[in-house]
Amino acid sequence: MKHSIKHLIASVAVGLGIASAPFAQAEEPLKVGFVYVGPIGDHGWSYQHDQGRLSIEKHFGDKVETTYVESVPEGADAERVIRNLAKAGNDLIFTTSFGYMNPTIKVAKQFPKVKFEHATGYKTSKNAGNYLSKTFEGRYVAGFVAAKKTKTNKIGYIASFPIPEVIRDINTVQLALNKYNPEAEMKIVWVNSWFDPGKEADAANVMMDQGVDVILQHTDSPAAMQAAERRGQFAVGQASDMSSFGPNAHLMSVVDEWGPLYIKRVQQVMDGTWKPESYWGGMAEGDIVVPEFNNVSDEIAAEGKQIIADITSGKFFPFTGPIKNQKGEVMVAAGERMPIKDLLGINWYVEGVQGDIPK
Amino acid sequence: MDIDLITNILYAMVRTGTPLLIVALGEMVCEKSGVLNLGQEGMMLMGAVIGFIATLTTGSLLLGFILAILSGVIMSMLFAGIALGLNANQVATGLALTIFGTGLSAFIGADFVGQPIDGLNPYAIPLLSEIPLIGKMLFAQDLIVYLSFGLFAVIYWFFKSSRAGLTVKAVGENPHAANVIGLPVMRTRYLAVAFGGAMAGLAGGYLSLAYTPLWTENMTAGRGWIALALVVFATWRAERIILGAYLFGLASILNLVAQGLGYPVSPNILAMMPYAATVMVLVMLSSNVVKSKMHTPMWLGKPFHPGG
Repeated sequence: MKHSIKHLIASVAVGLGIASAPFAQAEEPLKVGFVYVGPIGDHGWSYQHDQGRLSIEKHFGDKVETTYVESVPEGADAERVIRNLAKAGNDLIFTTSFGYMNPTIKVAKQFPKVKFEHATGYKTSKNAGNYLSKTFEGRYVAGFVAAKKTKTNKIGYIASFPIPEVIRDINTVQLALNKYNPEAEMKIVWVNSWFDPGKEADAANVMMDQGVDVILQHTDSPAAMQAAERRGQFAVGQASDMSSFGPNAHLMSVVDEWGPLYIKRVQQVMDGTWKPESYWGGMAEGDIVVPEFNNVSDEIAAEGKQIIADITSGKFFPFTGPIKNQKGEVMVAAGERMPIKDLLGINWYVEGVQGDIPK
Repeated sequence: MDIDLITNILYAMVRTGTPLLIVALGEMVCEKSGVLNLGQEGMMLMGAVIGFIATLTTGSLLLGFILAILSGVIMSMLFAGIALGLNANQVATGLALTIFGTGLSAFIGADFVGQPIDGLNPYAIPLLSEIPLIGKMLFAQDLIVYLSFGLFAVIYWFFKSSRAGLTVKAVGENPHAANVIGLPVMRTRYLAVAFGGAMAGLAGGYLSLAYTPLWTENMTAGRGWIALALVVFATWRAERIILGAYLFGLASILNLVAQGLGYPVSPNILAMMPYAATVMVLVMLSSNVVKSKMHTPMWLGKPFHPGG
């Protein structure tokens, strides 16, 4: 609780644009700021980033001082919050949602001495890098499990916003379906929100009404998992381990581990070796983790683990050709791996996905 | 579309509309007495978190709902003390209540995120729930939904035919006149605000104990604000609030259903539908300006000094 109060006060200070007075210490701690799109209590995306922040505190102790501002809307407000964090004397600022990209780059220009790290975007500048986790690697495993588990051959996908990250993950699931169960059909429902438990549950229920028996989600609350549990169907968790919300429904969760990366970045700033880069880590780097499989047969779990092992070792890459788009045109030639640059900005569906990307 | 699908859509429509209905009915009573409380979101969140914690720790859903209602009332009395007792600006006080409730609920609930509870399950009334189409919608819901039907009926009757309802209306129309003829203006307003708080607390409890039985920060996701708008567009009439709430629920569900069925309509347009449809229908209903004005509490949001 003491901890929370300290951050509450820090957040208020940031909100008012006041730099907190330096503590009387031999060495100034490195100040690290975080901007979250959701509440840290979402038990999903923002929660995981905050776990990353806590692991910095645990690792560096007194040598760092962290602050966060949560539930910051993407847009004009974000710029103000990021600027205030920079003004408050933070040395390194993590902005953790796609919509913070342009504000981050803009503020970075105004504060050349502050280092910025933006999650899930693609722009860099002299003092701003970006980082992303290859959620699609985990999502491929989810697609495999869904393909094997479904009895009705109907998979539901709750999607948030049509940005490359979401499109890419939908594509990965479809690639897994194409390979492991071409009969399966994926229904995609856009809820136009990262976090709205009621709406996410509604979307899950509506799809189950339509015969879906495995729900995947790219939104942040565990409501869909819970809805599946209540109706005896199955679901895959997003961002954090959601098994507690569906003891009988939880198949697996695609968990983002930000701690190792955050510790590395803080260390680099301390050592003066930090450089702006586009970092994309996945299973190999330990950034994407699938803790366990539940409610699946031993064969499925074993095969799932094998896929994870192959992705981790680099033996297998989900976006390996031949990959066709919805029109049947070959986008990635047989045997080739889709280049990172193309994956980052992907704005088309692979063959098999129903419907169009919302414009 | 087959009949099962329509049955399920109607069922989901009522479930989605219920939290809006409960909050909006409470706020309507509050506004009828001339008090504008913009703190709905804050009161709902407090109801949600306190109800959730109570149920999680004691295992009793009943206690959860009672404490949810009670925390809504306490929050509303905080508002009443400042806005009515000290005659502060109601809009500012209400906004402050929302900000306060959002922050406090997050603070209290921090340790309870990610904990599952069983939640209130639907109770299908035998025979009645098997009526085609509307049976599931009306008779296979959970107890809070049934309660909301009852609350609607009582509030409709209250303003239509009861003397107490007239008192509330008189206080909201012209508190000075009401005061002169001996009506207890301040007591009526406090009670109306408390009722609004109780309803917001109940709606919050409904969200965290029945609709999605979990606690996460800010889980109301703006429903309190939608309910506030609903009251205005429904021109302070209970029958239009229930229509508006279910219409909003229906359009929200249709948005998801249409996407699931793969209709080639842009999800962005579909996402707009709940708001557009509700506003359009209610505005069309209230197109008669003179008649609409009859239901508007003329003293809404203005302070009243009993002595002056």
